[in-house]
Amino acid sequence: MKDLSYKKLSFAYIAYILLWAVLHVFVFHRLGFSWQIALVDSAINNGLLLTLSFAMAMSLKYFSPSKRNALMLIGWSITLAIASAWLSNFFLLQIFITDVDYVALLHKAFLIRFCVSFLIIEWVVLFSWILNRMRNRQEMDARKADVEKMLREAELEGLRQQLQPHFLFNSLNSISALAGSKPEEARRMIQQLSDFLRGTLKKDDKQMSSLQEELKHLQLYLDIEKVRFGHRLNTEIKADEESLALLIPPLLLQPLVENAIKFGLYDTIGDVTIQINSSVENKNLRITISNPFDVETAQPSKGTGFGLKSVQRRLHLLFFRNDLLKTEIKQNLYTTTVIIPQTI
Amino acid sequence: MIKTVIIDDEPLARSIVKEYLQDDKDIEVMQECGDGFEGVKAIMQHKPDIIFLDIQMPKITGFEMLELIDFPVSVIFTTAFDEYAIKAFEAHAIDYLLKPFSKDRFNKALKKWKEQHANAEPKQNTTALLENTHKQPEEQNRVVVKNGNNIKIIPVNDIHYLEAYDDYVKIFTKDGYSLKKKTMNYFEQSLNADQFVRVHRSYIVQVQQITKIEALEKDSHIALLKTGVKVPLSKTGYTKLKSVLGL
Repeated sequence: MKDLSYKKLSFAYIAYILLWAVLHVFVFHRLGFSWQIALVDSAINNGLLLTLSFAMAMSLKYFSPSKRNALMLIGWSITLAIASAWLSNFFLLQIFITDVDYVALLHKAFLIRFCVSFLIIEWVVLFSWILNRMRNRQEMDARKADVEKMLREAELEGLRQQLQPHFLFNSLNSISALAGSKPEEARRMIQQLSDFLRGTLKKDDKQMSSLQEELKHLQLYLDIEKVRFGHRLNTEIKADEESLALLIPPLLLQPLVENAIKFGLYDTIGDVTIQINSSVENKNLRITISNPFDVETAQPSKGTGFGLKSVQRRLHLLFFRNDLLKTEIKQNLYTTTVIIPQTI
Repeated sequence: MIKTVIIDDEPLARSIVKEYLQDDKDIEVMQECGDGFEGVKAIMQHKPDIIFLDIQMPKITGFEMLELIDFPVSVIFTTAFDEYAIKAFEAHAIDYLLKPFSKDRFNKALKKWKEQHANAEPKQNTTALLENTHKQPEEQNRVVVKNGNNIKIIPVNDIHYLEAYDDYVKIFTKDGYSLKKKTMNYFEQSLNADQFVRVHRSYIVQVQQITKIEALEKDSHIALLKTGVKVPLSKTGYTKLKSVLGL
């Protein structure tokens, strides 16, 4: 049924009406009319039927009434049947005006002609209508499946984001290195990595965390990165006492700090200090994250854009504002500032 | 003696390679490097047989570092990034090791090198590797060059124009030119086609640098750059330039 194209459908309609046309000829011949009259009568009547029902089927392709309006279809079929019967009679009268028997029959048989026309048209219309509805249903199912698939992919992408495969694999590599020479440190790093991952997976996007909790989680991440990069990576976290209790969407800072580390470590040679400061500004939470970078060779397009964009998007979804995230370059310090409104 | 250099920005990542190499008495680790600059120097100095190379490193990537080396060396990539290594280098790098890798896997890579080394000259490796980068240029936003001992990173926006020069390409910026051992075709493909136009067999010009197009005689044009340099335009180059400029 799915593969039944409109072309095939048209052939089916034509075959269906041709069958009626042949029957029509024989019935008229049996009634005692000449083959000529029978043929012409059938041709005109069924030609009209074919044209009208075809037009109807095509228009149903573009406009399909709902179940509730299905009665409309019967109304249309009646109208078309009357038109078809009347037009047939009109033409046939013109042609065979001299044949008295036939003219009499034309008048007498009008109602029968109408009834048969109605049945034929109704059948085509109903069939088209049902088919169209089925087709629409199928399309809708397919679209729904597409949307679901997209949602699933987005969810997966989110998960992948959360797990940060590169971070994970590089950390595992460090653990592997430590396992040989310093098993105690390896064990500690496994502990840190586990705590970090657990914290990442547990976070519920809808609930806000306190800054204190978030910084604790961030510290786990920073500690792991410090093992990886050794003395090159230093961090300075300065949080005002009163800012610690303020609320922040969980893991919001994570991509920003990741960016800062990536930017800082891969864009400069030598030691890097990442600074994270928090304060209260107009009762809102204000956090800045800064990293050194090289103005000359910075590649802001490479990778960093995605993290910022996802944070921006999240802030927009949560607070309906686009002005909460700002970045600034001062000499060779790249600073990201986030404002978290506290009135919800 | 097989000489190696380990290049990775994470100290622990270097140490595990070193540890895995310890048991092999034929192999000597000449130097460990934390970035591509040190890597270039170490390779030039020690002329190693194999290098273990990370891809994401400070300032210049492992790939960019390889472009700066004229010396043929076999490369084993060690990286957590499967996205580049597998695709582009499966065929030509000796091996790529995805972090974290086991000792068995590591030994397999070494064995692979030894087998290849036994029956072929090692030269092929980097050349083949670099040819491969020629074939699959991604759009680049910077070019890494070496002038003597200085390594320079040129953002593509700073490039005025490029000129073919034997096996090299001269990259002109406000500070003069740098040489890069690549083909014009490579640059034509890897630079943004709306920004850089191959106006001549031997020239690629950054469109924003052009101030004027002058006709010398019938069918012969030159482009005048902001710096006053005149660049000849071939017939097809002229048409191409016009279409990019929307003329």
